[in-house]
Amino acid sequence: MCGANKKSFWRNIPDQIIRLAVVTVLLVGGAGAIYILLPASLTSTKLHRELTVTAETEKPIRFAGSTLCGDCHQIEYEKKIVGYHKSLSCETCHGAAAAHVDDPMAATPFVPREREVCPVCHEYDPSRPTGFPQINPTIHNPLQSCANCHNPHDPVPPTTPQECSACHAGIMRTKSVSSHALIACTTCHKVPEQHKIFPRIVRATKPESRDFCGTCHSQGSSERSAPKIDLSRHEERYVCWQCHYPHLPAERL
Amino acid sequence: MKRRDLLKNLIVFLPVSRSFFSCAAQASGTAPIQGYDPDNHLYGMGIEVSKCIGCGKCIEACKTENNVPQEPFFCRTWVERYIVRNDKSVAVETVRTTQKETRAAPNEKDILRSFFVPKLCNQCEHPPCVQVCPVGATFQTRDGVVLVDSDRCIGCRYCIQACPFGARYLHPEKRTADKCTFCYHRVVKGLLPACVEVCPTQARIFGDLKSKASQLVRFQRMNNVHVLKPHLNTEPKVYYSDLDGVVT
Amino acid sequence: MNSELTHRLSELLEQVTGFIYPNEIEIHWSILIVVYPYVTGLVAGAFILASLVKVFNVVEVRPTYRLSLLTALAFLLIAPLPLVLHLGRPERAFEIFLSPNLSSAMAMFGFVYAWYLMGILLLEIWFEYRRDLIVWARQKRFPMSFLYRVLALFSTDISDKAVELDSRAAKIITMIGIPSAFLLHGYVGFIFGSVKANPWWSSVLMPIVFLMSAIVSGIALVTLLYMIITPLRGKPIDIRCLDKITSYLFYAVIVDFALEGLDFIHRLYESEESVKILSALIDQKLFISVLVMQVVLGMIVPLIMLVAVKAGRLNEDLRKLFYFTSCILIQIGIFSMRWNVVIGGQLFSKSFRGLMTYKMEVVGVEGLLMAAALLIAPFLVLAVLLKLLPAWKEAEEH
Repeated sequence: MCGANKKSFWRNIPDQIIRLAVVTVLLVGGAGAIYILLPASLTSTKLHRELTVTAETEKPIRFAGSTLCGDCHQIEYEKKIVGYHKSLSCETCHGAAAAHVDDPMAATPFVPREREVCPVCHEYDPSRPTGFPQINPTIHNPLQSCANCHNPHDPVPPTTPQECSACHAGIMRTKSVSSHALIACTTCHKVPEQHKIFPRIVRATKPESRDFCGTCHSQGSSERSAPKIDLSRHEERYVCWQCHYPHLPAERL
Repeated sequence: MKRRDLLKNLIVFLPVSRSFFSCAAQASGTAPIQGYDPDNHLYGMGIEVSKCIGCGKCIEACKTENNVPQEPFFCRTWVERYIVRNDKSVAVETVRTTQKETRAAPNEKDILRSFFVPKLCNQCEHPPCVQVCPVGATFQTRDGVVLVDSDRCIGCRYCIQACPFGARYLHPEKRTADKCTFCYHRVVKGLLPACVEVCPTQARIFGDLKSKASQLVRFQRMNNVHVLKPHLNTEPKVYYSDLDGVVT
Repeated sequence: MNSELTHRLSELLEQVTGFIYPNEIEIHWSILIVVYPYVTGLVAGAFILASLVKVFNVVEVRPTYRLSLLTALAFLLIAPLPLVLHLGRPERAFEIFLSPNLSSAMAMFGFVYAWYLMGILLLEIWFEYRRDLIVWARQKRFPMSFLYRVLALFSTDISDKAVELDSRAAKIITMIGIPSAFLLHGYVGFIFGSVKANPWWSSVLMPIVFLMSAIVSGIALVTLLYMIITPLRGKPIDIRCLDKITSYLFYAVIVDFALEGLDFIHRLYESEESVKILSALIDQKLFISVLVMQVVLGMIVPLIMLVAVKAGRLNEDLRKLFYFTSCILIQIGIFSMRWNVVIGGQLFSKSFRGLMTYKMEVVGVEGLLMAAALLIAPFLVLAVLLKLLPAWKEAEEH
């Protein structure tokens, strides 16, 4: 009974469906067979990633790293690590040197002697952070090689800079367009000679009181071109630079 | 009954593939170096914006170390110069590395503030590039670096479209996607990435986020850090200190 | 390094306005990727039109039923070509089947495509034509008779019961087919709409907009084909059929127009950080292709024409002229829409500070000629299909 039912069930499947089913089975089976026969290198994501990590790890190294250079170049290295260039890697200026480390004779690193090299970092650029040593290459001892005056492994200025703008370019830039343009820095700041050699240890002074500004700006001052105020009544609870930036006084803070 | 069989047939038509079930593990890769366990590391980079002098040494070093085409259209890392003018308008340009080209000296009197910002692949925690790669050729390693399998990449460039930071390019010879690897071949051997190695002002700080003593963790402790495009929730692992709001 | 590429990119660099990230100079998805969603859209649209007959019993549209099915098939067969050709490594295209990344929308392409081609379109065509194939196999001489027998999978049963079953099967497949057609093209929209890095693409409406524009373009294409082929066969055009199709077309255009308008207004009103660069994009790069081609020529003018037909009692010839013109304009409009999405989305920097330029190659693999060839190819395939599987024979016999 049950068997007969089953038989009629199979007979009842329409002809079209059986034909399509055969095609489907062939297609799916074929695709499945191909997939199974393919090597794991084509289908395994995990394997592929392991291979990539290995391949990536095995890529050649071009920059040897700064710790190696001192083994042979002791003089330069020891000089460098105490000077202003102590944070520089040797390969920053000398270029990739792994080949030189492997075989010192086969490859010689680049030795920058041209004047064009140092300004890559030290040419004045208004986007550079204040305090970073910068020069104007067109007027800074033209035609001379930088190394003539500065030892690149221990760069210090050969002569003490005379102009404040050598280091304080940003402030000079601001002051030069202000009404204080013609006032020398030393009018307001006392600059000990040692400040130019140890700028962060020996500091220049700053004005400390309202009266200092008053020497020019109070009523009765002999300075004729400066605008005058009554020191005793003009915002007496504040010091001047809380509202006026001395290097650009027209601008209210 | 007939109808049910028909549906059965249709379902069988769906190509059944093994990898449907061996569902792609996002992170994988075995230890490539003796004694190196990628699970113990998670790499990131800090960038101290106020230290960058825009010299472009990092760009040159990267191209040398990683065989990046020399042309300026293909960069694994680059440096942007931002100039905010007095009228609050912002001008941006990419720092050029060829020394012969004169720098475009901006009119100084017009500058409100100006600075350089180094850029590279952010090695995101949730990388959109990995999400969209149709063949799984780009993936995250266990130590947190996004790599591209150039033997598998089909060059569809969906990842380039999906990267919000423009960090990817199509390698002109390999015809596959390429990007910064944090110099993976260097860092697994304890070396610094080439750009960090040559940076003269230490504006770039490389380190391991899983090591408390690392330079990077110290950098994060000492600075106000920010990432690029945080609203996209890709969670970059390149951290910028005191990043200006105009940087995009 | 390829000096031709360097030269091309240097030229493009000069045309950049504002700031772009250095890697952004190369426009990666070229004209071929414009062709791809356009062609897939026609597939989905043509299929939807066919489903009107089967599922919704719109009798008037019956003369276009087989034509729509064959059009869908012809375009579907060509659809993967632009994708494969644009790959950097086309020889690796098969990997998308071998190691698909399940989180990638694009990885699903192979499966959606295979499902739609094998599971829906071929099945439906087979059931629709099976009886005819058997008849033709008996009528024709050797090579053709054998081919028809193979195509009929050697079935011979043309009893009323069997033909009845064919018809019911086709109906069921169409019912599954409608969501599948939605899936096929909605999925293409999703590929773009899910890129959060790109504000021009990133939109939940993208799949729906793609879908509606697909329906619009597919219906318009079948209408055009019907209006061209019927006179060529020396038969009269069934104006009732045309009236009915174009009224569906009219509704589809309205919905499409409303969706795209909503998307536009929404962006403008929300005015997110990208709004400035997107305005500049439309203003400087896409003015002609968005406003003139896509909106005015591709939508407003056809809408006016279709309204005119409905409102004014125009005579038959004028109606045909209006239908024909508006269908052509709609094709131009939808192609422009694909262009604006694909190319437009790559013309602005993700820094939101600059615009790039796309310079189309003419002869290269990703060039204009290739795109033109890929757009003509489906028509050639369709011609072969129509020769092999005549779409109107049955109607003539009755």
